[in-house]
Amino acid sequence: MGSIGQVNGASYFLCFKEITELAIKPLTKVPVRIYHLMSHFTKIVVFVEVKTSLCRLSAITSDSYFSPMENILALETMKEGHDGSGLGLMLKDLGGVFADFKDYPILSCICSDKGLDMLDEYMTQLGFETKFSWSPSIKTGIGIKPRDHYIARAYDYPSAVKGLDWRAKEEVLTQTRLDLRRLGEEDESIFAFSFYPDVLALKEVGDPLQLGEFFSLGNGQLEARQIIAQGRQNTNYDIYLYACHPFFIQGYATMTNGENTAFVPIKEFLTGLKNPAYRGYNSDSEVFAHILHYVDRTLGYPLTYYKDVITPLSNVEIDGRADAKALALIKRSLRPLCIDGPNAVVGFTPDGTVFMVQDAKKLRPGVVGGRSGKYGLMSEECGLDSVLPERDRDKDIFPMKYDMVIVPPGASEVIVWNQLQG
Amino acid sequence: MESTSGINESNELSLAEFPYIIRWREDRCTRCGKCTAVCPTRAIEPTVFLQRRAFSKGEGPNPEVTREVMQGVQQINDLERYCTGCATCSFVCPNVAIEPEYNPHHKFLFFKNKGGVPYKRGGRRNDPGVSTVDQLKFSRISMLTDPALDAARHEFYVRTLLGRVMPAEDLPLKTVDDKLMLSGPSTFIPPVREIFPIRIGSMSIGALSPNMWEGLAMGITYLNEVEGIPVAMATGEGGMPPRLLKSRFLKYFILQIASGYFGWDEIIHALPHMQEDPLAIEIKYGQGAKPGDGGLLMAYKVLNLIAEIRGVPKYVDLASPPTHQTKYSIEEAVAKMIQSMSMAWGFRVPVYPKISGTKTATAVLNNLVRNPYAAALCIDGEDGGTGAAYNVSLDKMGHPIVSNIRDCYLDLVAQGKQNELPLIAAGGMGKTGNLAANAAAMIMLGASAVDTGKYIMQAAAGCLGDEYNRCNICNTGRCPRGITTQDPKLYRRLDPDKVAERIVDIFVSANVELKKIFAPMGRSTQLPIGMSDGLSVSNKETAERLKITYAV
Repeated sequence: MGSIGQVNGASYFLCFKEITELAIKPLTKVPVRIYHLMSHFTKIVVFVEVKTSLCRLSAITSDSYFSPMENILALETMKEGHDGSGLGLMLKDLGGVFADFKDYPILSCICSDKGLDMLDEYMTQLGFETKFSWSPSIKTGIGIKPRDHYIARAYDYPSAVKGLDWRAKEEVLTQTRLDLRRLGEEDESIFAFSFYPDVLALKEVGDPLQLGEFFSLGNGQLEARQIIAQGRQNTNYDIYLYACHPFFIQGYATMTNGENTAFVPIKEFLTGLKNPAYRGYNSDSEVFAHILHYVDRTLGYPLTYYKDVITPLSNVEIDGRADAKALALIKRSLRPLCIDGPNAVVGFTPDGTVFMVQDAKKLRPGVVGGRSGKYGLMSEECGLDSVLPERDRDKDIFPMKYDMVIVPPGASEVIVWNQLQG
Repeated sequence: MESTSGINESNELSLAEFPYIIRWREDRCTRCGKCTAVCPTRAIEPTVFLQRRAFSKGEGPNPEVTREVMQGVQQINDLERYCTGCATCSFVCPNVAIEPEYNPHHKFLFFKNKGGVPYKRGGRRNDPGVSTVDQLKFSRISMLTDPALDAARHEFYVRTLLGRVMPAEDLPLKTVDDKLMLSGPSTFIPPVREIFPIRIGSMSIGALSPNMWEGLAMGITYLNEVEGIPVAMATGEGGMPPRLLKSRFLKYFILQIASGYFGWDEIIHALPHMQEDPLAIEIKYGQGAKPGDGGLLMAYKVLNLIAEIRGVPKYVDLASPPTHQTKYSIEEAVAKMIQSMSMAWGFRVPVYPKISGTKTATAVLNNLVRNPYAAALCIDGEDGGTGAAYNVSLDKMGHPIVSNIRDCYLDLVAQGKQNELPLIAAGGMGKTGNLAANAAAMIMLGASAVDTGKYIMQAAAGCLGDEYNRCNICNTGRCPRGITTQDPKLYRRLDPDKVAERIVDIFVSANVELKKIFAPMGRSTQLPIGMSDGLSVSNKETAERLKITYAV
């Protein structure tokens, strides 16, 4: 019973609920705000804001290494907003057991026994040599059925590739990932998520907290300076590992909170660009990562233009920008990449910048807060409270529809870029 | 039974073969004569007839017979003067004494070729079935996975682009201090217009009466200047009044050039005096209503104004050739024509061709894709209308617009060009009154915009035509509503101000309806061009053909 409403720019489900006085207390413990209370005959009638059940995002960037459990515990505090259907982790600038392998591409994948054999054979054939291999310590008996192999493996480049420049190397890595995907896609024997230096991906279906325990992520083996995590995997489609956020392509990763209503035109535009890596799209959110890659890397636009592409300004607003002429042209040429739906996008770029942008109507929650040296970019404040309880809450940033919040590598500061001012 | 030898009129038709039969009520008729005066085909006329009456007085049957001469109205038993069902007689009748009744058993087409002249008419394809576009529904509704947008509260931008859009890779941009700037003036950036995605399709000032055309033009101007809805209107072949060519209003009009080049003398002469560029130039190669046939303005519509605008003598048939006489090949002729037209306005005006719906549309499209000056492709499907055409062309020639546009769009998608060359869908848009829904469906199939003509004539001026061949005499110049005539006695029936008012009503309400469609689907900032996952249809073959969802 209720209707969709907007409070402070974020969407809430306003419901009308009869409760007793005793029932108020437990309600206030969860991220639900009671904002109006009135008596109605003998019963207490409370209007309650309950956030809609959405994906929850938890990104942390820091100048020092930290454990992905911090992201997972933040997701746990936001549990009211996700259904515990999955966890996707993307780690960048790795510490822990990978601290000494920063120059080597790391292949993150999940394989069956057969898939592992195929993978080994293929990588050997290409000339990739294993430098270091890591698999999580799996804790059984907590209701999650382990797959055969969870692998993060650092490889040395084949000799023919070693001498190539970085861009050419990147293409080899991407093509290898795509080939592995193709090899194991049909029988689901290989899920290859990323193959890139200093980046690691881990995904599985289940409750994020349980998965943290399942993978023993608290044991200190995995650490990073930037970690983005998403709880609740796709409910629009079958739960499928390739549909799990975050999505990665050549140093860029994004995760998204919301449904992409413009998915089909965007997908068709991206596939028309003839980049072999623009494929997959088992989730409507994968396009966000590819748009970022296309805008920032292929077209070479500064990062802030990502916001201008996915949520273009009106013509009148464009006229107020110093770069109005260029912006007007971009708006036309990249018109199909307008996301147009309710989405908060959090991601990182190859240099370790972490950002958050909102859709053009600010229909999704999002907050950024922290201190110099460590910032969290979360769906909700309670997530920030979990990670950075000591921060000055007055400085929390709630990015609105024109804002792009950028935390540069090193997390020394947070920049709010306003699209209107450019 | 009387012997057949008593019937000596077997070569004549009875009214039972006629498409409409006049129902005249003697008891209500005041004999004012208005109905016979207004009948555009002279299908009825005053008549006298002898009436025999027999009645008895007294208790027993003792009939007395009297004969009286009566005045009345009779339908003429001549197919050249058939009743079109327009019901103008009913409209003027002060006492509800007369009306035409559709005769579903008529044999009109068996006989309407007297003198070896095939039946010609105006109007639309006589197919009263539900068109494919009308079967499409919008089924992807955002609700709980996403909040739907609010058509009344959220900001919507219901605009489309008309013009060649450069791929981002080719934009002349450079980065200066983290900002993108134009890298130099040397790169040609094709002109692009932002318009409302429903346009008034090409209807010429010769096909339409001055009052109708003026009403449309006033409505368009009001929409652009007062309502802020940039609706475009195409002129059709035949130019515009020179006064308008030199006015600031020219920017709302798309000038059409067709194979007869009618009106272009005036346009060329007006060029140095133009205050504004036209919105675009449309090169007509084909028309959905009569593919492969040229334009035709019958002599009785070529009166003073038309003769002046088109630069021709009065009272002559103005037939545009079926093809452009200069056309040798698509590569050579179309490219040259687009170049010439672009050059005339200093490459500031989008120039695009319009073709009739055809299986070869993708071939035309692919040629245009390779021509960087081609601004769009307009395809006019079989349900398009016309002022004059052979019935066989109207009814049996052409290609349905829906699959034509879909094929073209998917062809562009395969080449990654779908944002570069806009497709404009015409022919049957709003055929059953669902203009905004039809437009939205075509947009989601891949069109950037739609053209509508018949809907406009019906909704703005009360055109009487329908898919049962009602009226459809636009070709004769005797339009009973004053829409498609050059006869002042007829067009003065039409109040241009009222037409303009209706035009505004139509587009303001279509704007609301489009938002009502897009909002629940979570689209607002950009037009959902190609958002085919939003559509469904309850016919499996249609779903497969159009690559959309089958839903029952």
